[in-house]
Amino acid sequence: MTSSLRFRAAILSIALFLAFIGIWHIATRGTGNIASMSPEYAKLMGLTATQGKSAMPGPLDVGLKLWEHLQRPFYDNGPNDKGLGIQLGYSMARVGLGYFLAVIVAIPLGFLIGMSPLINRALDPFIQILKPISPLAWMPLALYTIKDSGLSAIFVIFICSVWPMLLNTAFGVAAVRKEWINVARTLEVGTLRRAFTVILPAAAPTILTGMRISIGIAWLVIVAAEMLVGGTGIGYFVWNEWNNLSITNVIIAILLIGVVGMLLDQILARFTHMVTFPE
Amino acid sequence: MTGKFISIEGIAKRYPGAGGGEIAVFEDLWLSMARGEFGCVIGHSGCGKTTVLNILAGLDAPSEGTVIVDGQAIEGTSLDRAVIFQSHALLPWRTVLGNVAYAVTSKWRGWDRAKVRAHAQTFIDLVGLTGAEHKRPSELSGGMKQRVGIARALSITPKIMLMDEPFSALDALTRGTLQDEVRRICLETGQTAFMITHDVDEAIYLADKIFLMTNGPGAVLAEIVENPLPKDRGRIDLHRHPYYYAVRNHIVDFLVSRSKSFASDTPGHDPRDVPVVRIGKPELTIASVSDLSHDESKQTSWSGLSRPSTSS
Repeated sequence: MTSSLRFRAAILSIALFLAFIGIWHIATRGTGNIASMSPEYAKLMGLTATQGKSAMPGPLDVGLKLWEHLQRPFYDNGPNDKGLGIQLGYSMARVGLGYFLAVIVAIPLGFLIGMSPLINRALDPFIQILKPISPLAWMPLALYTIKDSGLSAIFVIFICSVWPMLLNTAFGVAAVRKEWINVARTLEVGTLRRAFTVILPAAAPTILTGMRISIGIAWLVIVAAEMLVGGTGIGYFVWNEWNNLSITNVIIAILLIGVVGMLLDQILARFTHMVTFPE
Repeated sequence: MTGKFISIEGIAKRYPGAGGGEIAVFEDLWLSMARGEFGCVIGHSGCGKTTVLNILAGLDAPSEGTVIVDGQAIEGTSLDRAVIFQSHALLPWRTVLGNVAYAVTSKWRGWDRAKVRAHAQTFIDLVGLTGAEHKRPSELSGGMKQRVGIARALSITPKIMLMDEPFSALDALTRGTLQDEVRRICLETGQTAFMITHDVDEAIYLADKIFLMTNGPGAVLAEIVENPLPKDRGRIDLHRHPYYYAVRNHIVDFLVSRSKSFASDTPGHDPRDVPVVRIGKPELTIASVSDLSHDESKQTSWSGLSRPSTSS
């Protein structure tokens, strides 16, 4: 029974979550090892030394801080103190722009590669060499040529999301069933109409799978890119809070990165489902 | 003869061989059909039947020779020649109506939606799929899918229907009903049809002319068997017709033994002038069948049970 399976899985998920929170709470409860020192020195050392409090925040600290952030996600108190909503917004805008540019380039080019064996062979060595390059390796070159850190981050997103889409589009287009192409040919359907009415719908599930892989990679890369570029974004926030030694905020940021990544993936999964056809 | 509506003139198909040379699937193939005729090609796998059909459809080009349809040499595919594919080849993301409408809009670009829809619906009704218009191919049985394939092919009102083993993937019952449908539609519309099959009974039921091809590589058209059965034959009592077994045995004999050794047995075979076999009354007349008078002319050419006479 599926409903009962789903119910049992939910119970198990909640149990695992509670166990994790419980272990976390116990592990960070405090060591109780209090050193005796002069009051002035104790002020410098902080709670860890004076009250035996763990340096690692517990789930309660994180929960309280998260609640605080969620109350006012869009505040802006200057360059180094912005709400999490604003930071995530910057990151998503960069990912969105870079990804959108990649879609514009990768899908038509993938179509061309998939439809023309000549272009496929000619571009293959370039793709094979460019594909395995870590997107962050492009960063210095991007900074030097573009001379704008924000645009460089967008370029890095573009370059990392272009490959899965390009290869999947090319593969999907090349793998369209011969018989469907033959149907279009016997009906004297022109090249452009054939591309839109036969090849695109037939390759759409493969293309969307490539787009789903790309959005995942783009979201992975944006954090690292923003750590380098600085200024705004969730990646910058993580690094800034590390410099502030606010582990609580770092944990919250990690959590939110995961949630947003999941949402982006789910949106693409929904689109993939929409274009998938049963055979 | 009512002239040559389809004329295949000396076509060959060669592929580069392993040792640098060329392997000919078939060479110097000549074949013609009149308007309104139903032709079936029978031969073993690898004799190039499908290649012949693809060349006729324009999906494949011959290495040599030309194909003339209705007085014009064919160049590529055409909406005049509709293909019913073995694997139905429906577009799975379109509904039944969508698949047929796609063909209709391909032929008549300027038609508005309502007109396309009405036209497609006519052919969906014709193949007995009324009520299933909005189903997707994945929701249909194999037989229903092939009906959509037939409706799609017919909807563009082609001059010729080309069928590549259209019923081979179906179960016997469904195959039977679809054969009936195809025969009914072809008779009603006077459609010229060219079909490839492995099924001897199917050929005898549907075809006016049965083309026998020898084994490949280097296949040739060995004989053209004219179907002696009357036009109003029924699938159910086909095997009761006095000529049925004579025709069937002739074709089966050919497939079992003569198709292999035809080239060596018949050194003087002229591919441009393929013998036409007319099968007459068998010597062992079936007692229950009394009326054979309407086929008097065909009885004369029959000389024995083992081999029919051939004449060109």
